[in-house]
Amino acid sequence: MTLQDTNTTNAMTSDTILKVEHLSMKFGGLMAINDFSFEARRGEITALIGPNGAGKTTVFNCITGFYKPTMGMITLRQGDGKEHLLERLRDFEITKLAKVARTFQNIRLFSGLTVLENLLVAQHNVLMKASGYTILGLLGLPAYRNAARAATEKAQYWLEKADLIERADDPAGDLPYGAQRRLEIARAMCTGPELLCLDEPAAGLNPRESAALNTLLHSIRDEGVSILLIEHDMSVVMEISDHVVVLEYGQKISDGTPDHVKNDPKVIAAYLGVEDDEVHEVIAEELEGGAH
Amino acid sequence: MTNSSETGTPGLMAKAVREGIFAGVIAFGMFLLYVGIETYQNIDNRLVWRTRWGLLAIFVIVAAVARFLTVGFIKPHLDRRKLAKAKSGILEISEEKGFLRTHFLKIALIALLLYPPVSVMLFGPQGSLKYVDNFGIQILIYVMLAWGLNIVVGLAGLLDLGYVAFYAVGAYSYALLAQHLGLSFWLLLPLAGILAACWGVILGFPVLRLRGDYLAIVTLAFGEIIRLVLINWTDVTRGTFGISGIPKASVFGIWSFDVGSANYFPKAFGLATSSAWYKIFLFYVILALCLLTAYVTIRLRRMPIGRAWEALREDEIACRSLGINTVTTKLTAFAIGAMFGGFAGSFFATRQGFVSPESFVFLESAVILAIVVLGGMGSLTGIAIAAVLMVGGTELLREMEFLKLVFGPDFTPELYRMLLFGLAMIVVMLFKPRGFVGSREPTAFLKERKAVSGSFTKEGHG
Ligand SMILES: Nc1ncnc2c1ncn2[C@@H]1O[C@H](COP(=O)(O)OP(=O)(O)OP(=O)(O)O)[C@@H](O)[C@H]1O
Ligand SMILES: [Mg+2]
Repeated sequence: MTLQDTNTTNAMTSDTILKVEHLSMKFGGLMAINDFSFEARRGEITALIGPNGAGKTTVFNCITGFYKPTMGMITLRQGDGKEHLLERLRDFEITKLAKVARTFQNIRLFSGLTVLENLLVAQHNVLMKASGYTILGLLGLPAYRNAARAATEKAQYWLEKADLIERADDPAGDLPYGAQRRLEIARAMCTGPELLCLDEPAAGLNPRESAALNTLLHSIRDEGVSILLIEHDMSVVMEISDHVVVLEYGQKISDGTPDHVKNDPKVIAAYLGVEDDEVHEVIAEELEGGAH
Repeated sequence: MTNSSETGTPGLMAKAVREGIFAGVIAFGMFLLYVGIETYQNIDNRLVWRTRWGLLAIFVIVAAVARFLTVGFIKPHLDRRKLAKAKSGILEISEEKGFLRTHFLKIALIALLLYPPVSVMLFGPQGSLKYVDNFGIQILIYVMLAWGLNIVVGLAGLLDLGYVAFYAVGAYSYALLAQHLGLSFWLLLPLAGILAACWGVILGFPVLRLRGDYLAIVTLAFGEIIRLVLINWTDVTRGTFGISGIPKASVFGIWSFDVGSANYFPKAFGLATSSAWYKIFLFYVILALCLLTAYVTIRLRRMPIGRAWEALREDEIACRSLGINTVTTKLTAFAIGAMFGGFAGSFFATRQGFVSPESFVFLESAVILAIVVLGGMGSLTGIAIAAVLMVGGTELLREMEFLKLVFGPDFTPELYRMLLFGLAMIVVMLFKPRGFVGSREPTAFLKERKAVSGSFTKEGHG
């Protein structure tokens, strides 16, 4: 697949969920992202990879409204055909209206709330509406009680998927690292997203936790939720993603199927060009992954 | 280091003596100028000074002995106990709850309801005044204020150093509206609350985009601005003279507490004419207001808005990533906290019958905040205990005549209020860094409700 810069028409095909066009982000004199365009398709797992400092997290922060991009357009197309220009929405509106949820590279849980409460907070907007913006809820009307029960059921559903149901009443800060990662994903899913953005979900996981994460991600995709994934671990990327975009120094250097990207000389050069033990490891893993 | 406490007691004693002397020297250095030397005006109105070596010696000796005992006896003892506990595998959390602890709230409520009649029975109407008014009402006002501030600081994690502003808004709303419009307390109470809440929103809107220290500083400034407006807007507030003759509250308009009126409450019930009955009535009013505050707080914590407040305290960025509008969430916390401050303010005005800007200085905000922090942020029970200890303690200080025997006849314990307040805070923070009740009750559970240890909860960053 080649760069689709020529395709400047605004029309999105129905299976595109996210379209990023000419995205640029400048921090002072640093061009963290430079004219970056890509598309993510509905129902797929799209991986965004690249060396350290390539600008992956910055792309996420632009998509989810935490940064205002210097330039560019980010369009999200919902399942019912409604389109949102994400760069014009505020961060919380992107989750609330455009149904994009995210996790963070350094986990951000509500560590003093229990696991269950974390998932209930994620359903804030639904519950707020059901509680008549608190006023009707204070009166204890049945409409709110039903909504609260439904919210607990949804939380329970995702707790089971994330294999956390046993820890539901423990403080989130008390969970082991891998479980915290899964909880953060479950929490994002409780907002009812159409696009889920995961920033290095497998970072720091042991092989067993990594496998548990893969099952969770697959079950999320099977629900019809599209996933945008930043990942360092090549074996994870190659195993689960349908489509890979490679970023280096804020620019796209490759875009296509995992197989295509793996054999792209530019990608190999980008990873080999960096003097870093970790990268050699990554390449080795990648070759190993290809042998399977 | 920990071994020394088990191996050599002589070594430990030497260390304790050393540290005791060291503490004495430090205390000497610290208190030399503050305590050792006193300035006063002589007959010619000249400022002269005299020394108080005796008092200074007491300070130094107390510091040295306390340090000696801490290092030599208390700390090894605590360490041993902790070790024994760890060995036997008992976690502090899993301790059996006694009868008193499980029924604490019910017992406390019944005790509060019985408090005025019992004190009337014991001390007579006039004698009960001190207990009902100075202790009861005074403490309950602070309980209510601290519970109101708890919503802002303890739940939403917004450090508000100007809470007293809303207390002032409530008090002046009642004082002015009652005098100019002649409306009754029961009408003005909600109105004062609403006005204070409006001020909360107005002040909150520009301020709440700040975080942490900056928020604290700006709220502090707002508190002072309100006070300065009250001082300088003399046409309306009569400045530092204050507003006096604020009407008393009535029993829902049926009976009044004005001695001359036809439906004077004690007369209607055949009681002796005394101001005690009014105070007892006020005691129940403020008790009801406190219970309302507690009820609303408990209910709100289980509502989405309350959970959002606590989530906000834990991590604001995560909140926004979940689609929560953090601005409106903070504003509601600010407004509801302010509303309870306004209720307390209008109650204060009707109780005193007089308001002046002097009642709304920064120190009040600091005391209320100290109560919230000491009690354990977010915990209603802990805060109530802290209020009883802090406010009741300072009231008790006035009663402590025997201190004069120790420190000499011109020793006025109230003057040391702040010193003791600070000391108490340091002591509590050393032993209970999360306040009296450091754990947090979850608002929802699947199988069992387990308290969340304070080590997981955060204080918030604004
Ligand atoms: N808020 C910011 N202010 C200034 N510079 C920033 C900011 N955020 C990111 N950068 C810079 O932008 C570049 C890209 O950072 P980014 O975090 O997006 O990289 P990344 O691809 O996520 O790297 P990693 O794999 O280490 O997570 C880096 O040089 C970083 O220093
Ligand atoms: Mg990153």
